[in-house]
Amino acid sequence: MKSIADIKAIRDKMQARIVNRDNSDAELETRIVVGMATCGIAAGARPVFNEFVDLVAAKGMHNVKVTRTGCLGMCKLEPIVEVFVPGEEKVTYVKVDPDKAKEIFTRHIVGGQVVSDYLIGEQ
Amino acid sequence: MRELALNILDIAENSVKARSTLIGITITVAGDTLEIVIDDNGTGMSKEFLSKVTDPFTTTRKTRKVGMGIPLFKEAAEVTGGSFEIESELGRGTRVTARFKTDSIDRAPLGDIAETAVTLLNPDIDFVWVYTVNGRSFTFDTREIKEELKGIPIDSPEIISFLRELLKENIESINGGIVL
Repeated sequence: MKSIADIKAIRDKMQARIVNRDNSDAELETRIVVGMATCGIAAGARPVFNEFVDLVAAKGMHNVKVTRTGCLGMCKLEPIVEVFVPGEEKVTYVKVDPDKAKEIFTRHIVGGQVVSDYLIGEQ
Repeated sequence: MRELALNILDIAENSVKARSTLIGITITVAGDTLEIVIDDNGTGMSKEFLSKVTDPFTTTRKTRKVGMGIPLFKEAAEVTGGSFEIESELGRGTRVTARFKTDSIDRAPLGDIAETAVTLLNPDIDFVWVYTVNGRSFTFDTREIKEELKGIPIDSPEIISFLRELLKENIESINGGIVL
């Protein structure tokens, strides 16, 4: 069974990486923001958040952060995911599920192409 | 809400918004009762706000006038023949207690506690989870984790993924085959 002691190995690996990166990285951070108010949670935001976390962790993308936010005022379109890529306009995806999250991750976060099928205007 | 773990996530988000620095979540199964307690050291509520907080038409939100989180959790407990209490004091914090009858047909499953716990991880807020089933207990204290992390953010994707597995394994072991 995994224990807190196992954290040391992960920590050492991550610390080595942090030493190697230069300060300009902070400004180049991509953010994936998942709406996590009552409406988002009830619509399935938690598995979407965790899917993005696992995808980012598996790829070891240290310049991508997955965070939460509250209600964006469009409850019937939840789960809503906002993607902030440095130097680009915010992209808002709606009615996201874990499968769509995989697609958004592969095509947008990794590949740099917005997945237009899941944009707010398309629903 | 399909699982009580989602109600817990939702109620704990209130504690986060109330600027808590320490949030305790205690889940206890004993006999035919499941008790969930969420307490925080956040801003707390005035007596007036507290008296109407289980009304769906009360909210802290400014974009609209409906707040469903607490009413949904209260209903989820009371529909099983259980109970619901909320205590709060301005400047001291809030405690929410929900009790469920485990054998009620109307009780939602407890659901994925590990996923809820890691979704809440926050570098600035500490959580103490105490999970007890028929006397077997497991404690998850983020202060201990942060001590080990030595400055690496607890909400880094790699740490979240690892902690989710750690929690899943420990919870399964405590459950000992019982499906909650």
